[in-house]
Amino acid sequence: MIGLAQVYAIAGLVFFAVAIAIGADRAEPRRFRASLFYGLLGMSFAFGDQLGDLGNGVLALALIGLVLGGALGAFKGPDPRPEPQPPISRMRLFLPALAIPLFAFGAALWLPGVHLGKAPLLVAGVKSLPSLVGLTLGAMVALCLCPLCFPMRASEPVAGGRGLLQALGWMALLPQMLAALGVVFAFAGVGGAISEIALSVLPTGNRLAAVVVYCLGMAAFTAVMGNAFAAFPVLTSGLGLPLLIGRFHGDPAAIGAIGMLSGFCGTLVTPMAANFNLAPAALLALKDRNGVIRAQAPTAVLVLIGNIALMNLLAFPNP
Amino acid sequence: MTPLIGVGVLVVGFGLRANPLGVVAAAGLASGLASGHSVPATLAVFGKAFNEARYVSLIWLTAPVIGVLERAGLRRAAQGLVARARGLTPGRLLIGYLGLRQVTAALGLTALGGQVQMVRPVLAPMAEAAADLGNGGAVTDQTRQEIKAHAAAVDNIGVFFGEDIFIAFGSVLLIHGVLAAQGFDVAPGQIARFAIPTAVLAFIVHAIRLWQRDRRWWT
Repeated sequence: MIGLAQVYAIAGLVFFAVAIAIGADRAEPRRFRASLFYGLLGMSFAFGDQLGDLGNGVLALALIGLVLGGALGAFKGPDPRPEPQPPISRMRLFLPALAIPLFAFGAALWLPGVHLGKAPLLVAGVKSLPSLVGLTLGAMVALCLCPLCFPMRASEPVAGGRGLLQALGWMALLPQMLAALGVVFAFAGVGGAISEIALSVLPTGNRLAAVVVYCLGMAAFTAVMGNAFAAFPVLTSGLGLPLLIGRFHGDPAAIGAIGMLSGFCGTLVTPMAANFNLAPAALLALKDRNGVIRAQAPTAVLVLIGNIALMNLLAFPNP
Repeated sequence: MTPLIGVGVLVVGFGLRANPLGVVAAAGLASGLASGHSVPATLAVFGKAFNEARYVSLIWLTAPVIGVLERAGLRRAAQGLVARARGLTPGRLLIGYLGLRQVTAALGLTALGGQVQMVRPVLAPMAEAAADLGNGGAVTDQTRQEIKAHAAAVDNIGVFFGEDIFIAFGSVLLIHGVLAAQGFDVAPGQIARFAIPTAVLAFIVHAIRLWQRDRRWWT
């Protein structure tokens, strides 16, 4: 049986290997603190389920403390434009690169049906498990393909992974931290407070106004939480269903679908969705941390306006 | 209203450009305390959520193989692909990728893409190389920055406004679940159908923006 624990254990091994490589490198400034950071991250992945909730909280705080204490150094971003090198024609490099998504997709499709004897191969009940196992398998298969496609030294995977992770520094951890913060916000009642505001400004007699408040509310709530999935149930059961469906008799499918897509417009403009918006700025060595958000914002605003018009049109075909 | 203090801490902290990890810790603590919970209780909720959110960081599992491929010259090979294509401008490349990403995501192939696996090693170098070809290598740093930011943007926009058309995708199932809990049993296919107009709109809006920029990127 393969579950999340096995997938996370493999990720833990990657972080442990990076921690050891950094700790053993005398040329590395602050090597013990940096090694401790990746070691703790490995602990979280390999043994997080055994640490307990408070233990995991302390571990997360320790990671933050190490970063604030300068364990990873100032954030530089990966190789700020290495000296221009001539383009090369080397198609065989694309084979492993494409193997990652192809295996990820194939495994996600095929593995849920696989049984060992009577028992399913994958632990049941975790919706995202097939795609996470697929990603893990894809990365492993791609790495095994590398030496077949070009000469590769045995030390290179750890060195390459270390290079990429160290170039990203704390940015690599920010998306997970923000996801956890979204849960703390929900626990503290932030969602309820935002729906209260949305409901208090709602003129209940006007259908278009209700559509506008619902779509804008989805975008704003998503921007705060960093995740449309957290915003959707709260705003839809608090506002969309009673008002747009209950009172104005809108089409539930249209309201749900376009409401969620309005939330995605919020995802495009928020630093809270760090894996989509901030991490790429670091991965691409952008000088402006918000460069990706700036590139996306006009599209997000225009599509949100379009969503309001579409919902008004498609959810209420008989005015 | 008080739990919104945490949101305020977050906005101010990001605005002051403080280290975001420190801001996260402060914002979480502030909203937990403001809503009447103790420090250990808030920390336990944060720890549980941090542990359950490990899937977000699982993408770094690909760091070793991406690192190996980049050292072997994947980015230069991606530029090499562009060198052979005639008439390929950064804008046309990104518009093409946007359409491809939307269509594949609509078919459930969301894994074909991604910032770590596709944008950094392949798409961004190709877009930069396309600009280099058109301008005889004299691309300003400002333009380079813009092109790279837009390479990241098309990956996000493409997947966001494509995946909702795929009926087995998480958000369609979530919409179905929330509606069903309130007594509205709508088929997932019905929900996915209503994601198509927005997907088309997003493609048109963003393609027009890229096309306009292309005239500055490719002179």
